[in-house]
Amino acid sequence: MYGLVFDIAHMLAGGMVVVSFLLLYQDRLYALLNTYALHALLLALVVSWQAYSHDAPHLYVTAGIALIFKAIIIPVVLHRIIQRLGIQRTIEQVLGVGLNMLVGVLLVALAIIVMLPVTAASEALVREDLIFALSIVLLGLLMMITRRNAVSQVVGFMSMENGLVLAAVGASGMPLVVEISIAFSVLIALIVIGIFLFRIRERFDTVDVQAMDAFRGERP
Amino acid sequence: MNGSTVVAALLLIPLSAAVLLVLLPGYRVAARLNVVATLLTLLSAITLFHVRPPANLYLLVDDFNIYLIVLNTWVGFTTSVFSASYIGHELATGRLTPVYLRFYHAMYQGLMFAMNLALLANNIGLLWVAIELATLTTVMMVGIYRTHEALEAAWKYFILGSVGIALALFGTILVYLAAQPVVGQGLPAMAWHILLPQASAFDPALLNLAFVFLLLGYGTKVGLAPLHAWLPDAHAEGPTPISAVLSGLLLNVALYAVLRFKMLMSANPAAVAPGPLMVSMGLVSLVFAAFMLYQRRDIKRLFAYSSIEHMGIITFAFGMGGPLANFAGLLHMTLHSLTKSAIFFAVGHVAQIKGTQKISDIRGLTVTHPALGWGLLLGVVAIAGLPPMGIFVSEFLLVTSTFAREPLLALPLVLGLLLALGALLLRVQGLAFGEPIGSTAPGQASYLPLFAHLGLVLIAGIWLPGPLVSWFTHVAALLG
Repeated sequence: MYGLVFDIAHMLAGGMVVVSFLLLYQDRLYALLNTYALHALLLALVVSWQAYSHDAPHLYVTAGIALIFKAIIIPVVLHRIIQRLGIQRTIEQVLGVGLNMLVGVLLVALAIIVMLPVTAASEALVREDLIFALSIVLLGLLMMITRRNAVSQVVGFMSMENGLVLAAVGASGMPLVVEISIAFSVLIALIVIGIFLFRIRERFDTVDVQAMDAFRGERP
Repeated sequence: MNGSTVVAALLLIPLSAAVLLVLLPGYRVAARLNVVATLLTLLSAITLFHVRPPANLYLLVDDFNIYLIVLNTWVGFTTSVFSASYIGHELATGRLTPVYLRFYHAMYQGLMFAMNLALLANNIGLLWVAIELATLTTVMMVGIYRTHEALEAAWKYFILGSVGIALALFGTILVYLAAQPVVGQGLPAMAWHILLPQASAFDPALLNLAFVFLLLGYGTKVGLAPLHAWLPDAHAEGPTPISAVLSGLLLNVALYAVLRFKMLMSANPAAVAPGPLMVSMGLVSLVFAAFMLYQRRDIKRLFAYSSIEHMGIITFAFGMGGPLANFAGLLHMTLHSLTKSAIFFAVGHVAQIKGTQKISDIRGLTVTHPALGWGLLLGVVAIAGLPPMGIFVSEFLLVTSTFAREPLLALPLVLGLLLALGALLLRVQGLAFGEPIGSTAPGQASYLPLFAHLGLVLIAGIWLPGPLVSWFTHVAALLG
């Protein structure tokens, strides 16, 4: 049961959690994008390992989407958008690195405490995948809360989504995984197009979400 | 015609209309085609009462969703009629360009497709994909005016909605994991009609966790406080027909998803009861929104908060459970859809005529525009829960059944209802009566959808047809 298959799956999925931590403290946008690309690359590896070890060829489609779309196209496009908007020098950090890491560790602990008892009946790999997935989702949420810049919020959302794909792949034999990952990709593509088409930069002179709050219609 | 063709029609008519509307250049033709397509969808929905297809692994028609499908296509149809008279003015004032209008119509049909798919879905994964699609189409329509406020509203809706559906997906995966040891791997472990009879054997701990995620996730889309932040902005900044379908339909569809999962939870005796969670979220939304109603300066935001309030009431009713409260919840869901979309029809024309959404700049409507003014007044009387309109009946049922079972819970419920009543009457008094200000030009308006809805709500308040009552009683029993 605890053979090489398990070890490799374990290492790759655990690697995603580590990269999620890396994402938390990247305060420069380009570095953030590169780290996200690594996150997506690891996801592609996890999924293709799962496809290979569980003999589920349809998962290669999901892996392909993760590799081509999330690890290559999205970072490149966001890179260019950042250049266009002229925000490449933005440095943002709401919580300090230490506090951020501490909260992150607490969230991972929470994920373990929540998931371990309820998955007692499942096989070890499924349990681990779910714990890792929930950790990544919570870390992504943390990032969305602590960041104020629209681009980094989107990166937070995308890392969260990678966690969800991990959960869906980990749930053995779950149907519609491919469809769900395609639907998610459409969502992400639209968010990215949204930043660009809505020209948040151009319209608001900043992609800082805090500044956008000033446009609330309710203020007299 | 057999059942499967009807179901196919429900999905394919909006889909092919969406494609056609992208290609059609003229807006008059497009608006008419939009009406025709929604009418055809409505007709096919009605034939579902006569021929019902057997459930397959993807789609399902049962007693619960059939009436929501008919309600959905009906409001979709009337809103498209309203939209046809509304949208010409937006083009004339230059708020929308012809290209955006094409996009608008296509998205409208896309939304209809997504909502029908969500209601018909027999597969929890398909349900999730459909609700995600519905979110996307509405996000685009909320941002369609491309003003600061509209873009901010769309962005906020986008981010909050995405987080919501992400949480819902995690919940969906957990439900699959709970079902898989009992039902076996593959599609059957995601189909409602297979899950429900076997739900008692599922792992209760997994189900509990899943329900928390699902309630938070889909609850964001329902607009339950404290996850409602997107809702007022999205209603206020988008085109009014979209506010009407958002309030009248999309919130219902999200609530439908929550209710389906609640049925699973109730079928498992060992799982935690979903009721108290829903009751507390419902009450918080109700009381919170009722207080917020007093501070609104924008007429569309006012009614958006009223939607939060009513979704709170409905969630509370289903959380209480039992035949009577469920009956009240189902009735309230239907009547709120009809009333709130009618109000938005009136508000849309009022805002166009006056050129503003500010409550303080609109006064004396019954003098200058009697049909619109009285229509709006009637709508507000209905939504505030005054007799003889139908919402009075459902709220009365809910309050009395709550007093009989949990008198302590009835206190905040009644408090919230009265607060909201006060706020709405206070505001509508200024809107409808007094010295008219602002433009008094006669507006191009279609009164048919407005008064058709109000008429239905009035009839429901005076006399509920027997078949409808037995139908609701039956579904209320199903909901447990």
